[in-house]
Amino acid sequence: MAKVSTNVQPMDSTDFRTCPVTGLKVHLPAQRLIIANAVTAVVALLIGGIFAILIAFTRVPAVKLLPPETFYRLLTAHGTDMLVFWIVFFEVAGLYFGGAVLLNARLVKPGLGWLAWVLMLAGAILTNIIMLAGKADVMFTAYPPLQAHPLFYFGVILFAVGALLAIGLFMATVIVAKSERRFTGSVPLVTYGLIVAAIIGIFTLLAGAVAFVPTFLWSVGLLPRMDPGIYRIVFWAFGHPAQQVNLAAMVAVWYALATLTVGAKPVNEKVSRFAFLLYVLFINLGSMHHLLVDPALGTATRMFNTSYFMYLAVVGSLIHAYSIPAAVEVAQRKKGITGLFGWLTRAPWGEPGFAALVISMVIFGFIGGTTGVIQGNDQINLIAHNTLRIPGHFHATVVGGTTLAFMGLTYYLLPLMTQKQLVGRGWARVQPYIFGSGIAILALGMLWSGIQGVPRRTADISASGLAGVDTTLVLVGVGGTIAFAGLVIYILIAVSTLLFGKRQKC
Amino acid sequence: MSSIASPERIWWNPLSRVEKFWVVLAIIVGLAMFSSMFIWMAIGKQNIPTETYQVTKDQFSHASQRMVQQYRVRDDAGVPVVSPPAGSDVYLVARAWQWSPILQLKEGETYRLHLSSMDFQHGFSLQPGNLNLMVLPDYDYVATITPDKAGEYTVICNEYCGLGHQAMVGKIIVTE
Ligand code: HEM
Ligand SMILES: [Cu+2]
Ligand SMILES: [Cu+2]
Repeated sequence: MAKVSTNVQPMDSTDFRTCPVTGLKVHLPAQRLIIANAVTAVVALLIGGIFAILIAFTRVPAVKLLPPETFYRLLTAHGTDMLVFWIVFFEVAGLYFGGAVLLNARLVKPGLGWLAWVLMLAGAILTNIIMLAGKADVMFTAYPPLQAHPLFYFGVILFAVGALLAIGLFMATVIVAKSERRFTGSVPLVTYGLIVAAIIGIFTLLAGAVAFVPTFLWSVGLLPRMDPGIYRIVFWAFGHPAQQVNLAAMVAVWYALATLTVGAKPVNEKVSRFAFLLYVLFINLGSMHHLLVDPALGTATRMFNTSYFMYLAVVGSLIHAYSIPAAVEVAQRKKGITGLFGWLTRAPWGEPGFAALVISMVIFGFIGGTTGVIQGNDQINLIAHNTLRIPGHFHATVVGGTTLAFMGLTYYLLPLMTQKQLVGRGWARVQPYIFGSGIAILALGMLWSGIQGVPRRTADISASGLAGVDTTLVLVGVGGTIAFAGLVIYILIAVSTLLFGKRQKC
Repeated sequence: MSSIASPERIWWNPLSRVEKFWVVLAIIVGLAMFSSMFIWMAIGKQNIPTETYQVTKDQFSHASQRMVQQYRVRDDAGVPVVSPPAGSDVYLVARAWQWSPILQLKEGETYRLHLSSMDFQHGFSLQPGNLNLMVLPDYDYVATITPDKAGEYTVICNEYCGLGHQAMVGKIIVTE
């Protein structure tokens, strides 16, 4: 006789602890995985950060720190360690947090989570060894016919397989949590945003496979030729959505920070969720803004693609740009704060998460978002493509925006997960300001130099005859130094908390 | 209800007036930006070329060599300077790490500039003026250009193309 299963499992209490402060039921195997992934992310950030300051000073004409060969090698490693390893390891930690901890649920199959972590770590170590050994001086884009050592592509593929596994685990965790009724009704907005990131992530990684598997086969001689134009299309079908994963994850973190720091509640869940839905539907378009001045793309294709189909994904971001400050304002007014701007002037500016939230939103929106839309315009792209304007734009989005938001979240995630008090709270209060101002100066210096024609990815521009750019390039060094200081403070806080933090409840 | 906890059972609430206003405004901004793409294309003086052909490296370098043989006027540090007639097809070859030949064009005349690479991906970046196009091997990318200001222009490579990338600098001369 078949038995009817109720689908509801008891809370397996040995595997859980309850946080007395937040009331969250924390699944211990999930907690261990979150710490492992976050720590690995921070290590990648440190390595990428050291390379960052070296390449930044190479771009200052008066300094020209590194010889060209070393510059290209470290630039490849900087792009890969930061954009891929730091960001994705942290996102995996975030996914497990949003999928298990926020839902009071268990992470299904933690063993697979460890397998994912091992694959990702092995991939990251392998690619780093190959890059630093000088066998992959090809930039993270690895445009053929430039060819790297096969193990470079293999390492990237290993990492991607691990990341895909982690995303699958997150999805399974949410589904199981629902069927085990660990939460009632809909998932929290932050988890919803992470689900959006995960869906885009699956698409991203599949496109990544189409880009990197043939390249790997070509590098070992099994494929005779890679078409450079088609590779670019496929690569950016991967590389562009990858940035949208970061966008969705960052917005989810923004909502989380608004709640954690001022107790903000989404003003209207329908509006916020609809904005996220626009990301799922339209944001995977847009990849061709990397290809605007490539041969062989028609005008109509470019227009519809680069506009994210009539900028509907941008509409999503504009909605968040309204709904998050609105949620903060409403929460502040509920506390009895009055006046037109009282909710801002009397906001907790010394709270690291709040400072990180606001600065991240400002840099992302006002520097990153605007330059992105501008440079994605056909005519402007003709004068912006592959100049320093491009890294200027994305250091405002993925560094001033995403990275700073992730840093802000760390100040809450880390104590919650390690049950240790944050070490150096005073430093955490100023860190977002330091890092944010540094990145803003860095990005503006890059944008301004790029407008004058300075190329990106170039060790030395003395042969190019560009005049009058020395001053704007100095900003890259100045901003880079300040940002690097902010980055080091962040890492010191995180590492000291992990190692020396005082035990606390929760 | 908060961002990190499940919302109330029913969260499908109508939008307030302010929210409606903002959403509509955002959509209008989106549509305005979208239509401006076409408006710029119509009124802008400089659009992205779309003419492209498949080409082999041999075909392209032969076409360029033919042009050099016919119209070479002198050499500049070992690189031939060519002065092709107005209205003709001109071929600029990118290879690691050199642009060749040096093109000498006339102000106000129109040329069909062909770009292709003999090896890696390169970036055609005309300075000053800041005009940037991708140059890929096996693709013949044709830009119809009309130089509007005499002078000496530098062509720098702005796509990473290997360890000598920063040295890849060429020239285009525009005469009155
Ligand atoms: C202290 C912080 C940082 C500094 C000073 C810095 C500086 C730089 C500089 C100078 C370049 C070279 C631009 C060029 O010559 O084309 C660069 C490239 C890049 N950076 Fe950063 N960066 C920082 C943090 C980050 C972070 C956190 C990320 C990612 C999350 C990131 C992602 C990238 C990427 C993807 C590139 C392009 C690599 C390429 O062209 O292949 N950076 N950065
Ligand atoms: Cu080149
Ligand atoms: Cu180059």
